Amino acid sequence: MKINNAFLQWAIDGADPKTGQKEWEDRMVALRRENVQKPVVFIGTGTCGLGAGAAFTLEKIRQYLEKNAIDADIVEVGCIGLCVEEPLVDVQLPGRCRLMGKTITQDKVDEFLKAVFAGETPKGLTLAQFKTDGLEPWDGVKFQDEHPFFGPQTRWVLRNCGVINPASLEEYLARDGYRGLKKVLSTMSGEAVCKEIEQSGLRGRGGGGFPTGMKWKFAFAQKDPQKYLVCNADEGDPGAFMDRAVIEGDPHRLLEGMAIAAYAIGADKGYIYIRAEYPLAIERLKHAIAEAEANNLLGEKILGTDFSLKMIIKMGAGAFVCGEETALIHSMEGERGEPTVKPPFPAESGYLGKPTNVNNVETYANVPVIFLKGPEWFSSIGTEKSKGTKVFALAGKINNVGLIEVPMGITLREIIYEIGGGIKGGKKFKAMQTGGPSGGCLVEKHLDTPIDYENLSAAGSMMGSGGMIVLDEDDCMVSVAKYYLEFTVEESCGKCVPCRVGNKRLHETLEKICEGKGTEEDLPYLKNLSNVIKDTSLCGLGQTSPNPVLSTMEYFWDEYVAHVTTRTCPSGKCKALMTYTIDPAKCTGCTLCARNCPVDAIAGEKREPHVIDQTKCIRCGACYDKCKFSAINVQ
Amino acid sequence: MSTTTTSITAGVKEILSAHPEAKRDSLIPILQEIQEKQGFLSREAVVEVGKALNLPVSKIYGVATFYNQFRFAPQGKYHIQVCRGTACHVKGSAAVLDSLKRELKIDSGETTRDGLFSLEVVACIGACGLAPVINIDGNFHANLTSQKIPGIVNQYRKQG
Repeated sequence: MKINNAFLQWAIDGADPKTGQKEWEDRMVALRRENVQKPVVFIGTGTCGLGAGAAFTLEKIRQYLEKNAIDADIVEVGCIGLCVEEPLVDVQLPGRCRLMGKTITQDKVDEFLKAVFAGETPKGLTLAQFKTDGLEPWDGVKFQDEHPFFGPQTRWVLRNCGVINPASLEEYLARDGYRGLKKVLSTMSGEAVCKEIEQSGLRGRGGGGFPTGMKWKFAFAQKDPQKYLVCNADEGDPGAFMDRAVIEGDPHRLLEGMAIAAYAIGADKGYIYIRAEYPLAIERLKHAIAEAEANNLLGEKILGTDFSLKMIIKMGAGAFVCGEETALIHSMEGERGEPTVKPPFPAESGYLGKPTNVNNVETYANVPVIFLKGPEWFSSIGTEKSKGTKVFALAGKINNVGLIEVPMGITLREIIYEIGGGIKGGKKFKAMQTGGPSGGCLVEKHLDTPIDYENLSAAGSMMGSGGMIVLDEDDCMVSVAKYYLEFTVEESCGKCVPCRVGNKRLHETLEKICEGKGTEEDLPYLKNLSNVIKDTSLCGLGQTSPNPVLSTMEYFWDEYVAHVTTRTCPSGKCKALMTYTIDPAKCTGCTLCARNCPVDAIAGEKREPHVIDQTKCIRCGACYDKCKFSAINVQ
Repeated sequence: MSTTTTSITAGVKEILSAHPEAKRDSLIPILQEIQEKQGFLSREAVVEVGKALNLPVSKIYGVATFYNQFRFAPQGKYHIQVCRGTACHVKGSAAVLDSLKRELKIDSGETTRDGLFSLEVVACIGACGLAPVINIDGNFHANLTSQKIPGIVNQYRKQG
């Protein structure tokens, strides 16, 4: 765990070949894996990889290496982002480029490794290869920057994710790690740090988009000797996993960013408020903190200066509203996570009444690069008011489900049709939901709009923390709005009436519409109530919760009208508006459906086709689940 | 006092002893530790924490019921978490959940009578590439449809 101090100092001073020793330079090359002495097998063991069976794959790889007496290192890495092709296994042989394998489930390990160790390209199992000068490439495999998923991305925050070993501080150091912190501590004042962040144009990546430099300045200006720094890693937005991937794949980037921020505002305690549902991320973070402390990059008198920072992990207990900074602080204090009115802002009176700065994971993870390359460099990418990159979790009805990082100002079309590889099953694009339960949807006419904070707000959505859910022609927008409201009703803290009662009424009305019991009067009522909730709620949760309703009503008014007038669901999603029938040609008369129907709506003789009595059917779907002959049709 | 009550109280005391001079801001971590060790928050445990932190039991319940993480009844032998994140939703997690409820004859947040299964709905597991997904004691079951549920449940039933 303890790294040679002279080597560490040399690395964070920029690893200048003139001042270093030959042995150190060789170590750097080895750590960056510009070439390797013996084969290295990398396997993505983030939560998503493990879910896809990476643990079994890993076991098989071990067995294969042992059986064939191959001397190779196995490195567990975080997520490189292409979740849909998990488990991801890379191999780097001496003198050759790093080859990325895809969907290497346990049954494919032997085939994949056999070909690779024979020096041949395993057919149909490769994704791309890393481009490294002087190394021999693999035949017929695209380089990473030519690959449609990776090519259009600009990876700053995710640069190391899936590439380095997250449990190794040395590997982070070899990729310019902690150089930003060293520069800040040795040459800059807190005020100058805040100023550079302001110049860079970095804005909060948690959703609101508040200028980060300005936020730090408020906290810096407070006179209180005790200040706190808080990292919001309570990623509660359903369908978003950016923060998890950063922490699992590159935890030191977050720690370095937080250390710089703490120095800037003058805090000596940093709290990371992280979801208890992310056990792997917590484990990696604990390890990274211990390693950084052991090497004087955190803890007492960091790098020999007077600056000390104690990092503490606080586990969140599961409440979406805790993404709101005042609610988060109350939760840290052991209270119910209810928001309070601002002002006072946390910068004046936050955790335990002391000045506190709260930012989210991605915001802090953006910080080190700003000091490494300068604020002008950072602001050279992006649109007028939104600088840098943004990480998005691309999911839903899209081919390349995964985590992407793109420059601000990219269009939706590029994200969906280039990086995302188009809509699943060749279906038609219908909408993209951004900003989770607080956001709205973007539709076909927005495909060529540059994505930034302003344009998304103007379209009735918001940047949010970065969830992007793609919906196709089969999705019912009324039901999507209902889904989000269901979530908000569950997560509303109950403190203010508009949010507690209003959202409940919104949800009830949407439910009524989806059950085919809505009336035309319900539509103006929904709109009106939504606006009241937006205008009168206490915190960000209530002020944004009606957005999914308003935005789907704006773009898909016809669907709402169809539900309340002709009582039909144009997408065939709303259960109550569906009909279950039995295909007599496929039904074998096994009686399984009739025995499982909870309301005895299915009749028929043994070995004869059965029939569903539509007046009795409650559309529970039990027959559909049980039928072994796919004889049940749903319309 | 029955034996179980005594052991619960002893367990809680042991956890509390690791938090000397605990103040209000240690409440949630303490509750988390108790749940981790004992599986749920029993009345006895909450009363004991109240004594140690000098807090009314009502306040502790106020905090504990606010968060999704805390349970007040024991878990089943197999604990099933159903992800209801957006990515899972658009790929049919509602039908998966319905099917589980039907198969187990319990609602979410409940435990089957034989103590074998408990069902929990979680906001997002963060494994959107596998949607729709459920997690049974750390084992992920990915790309589910409602039709696959009876088979999965039976597999665990057979293990007993």
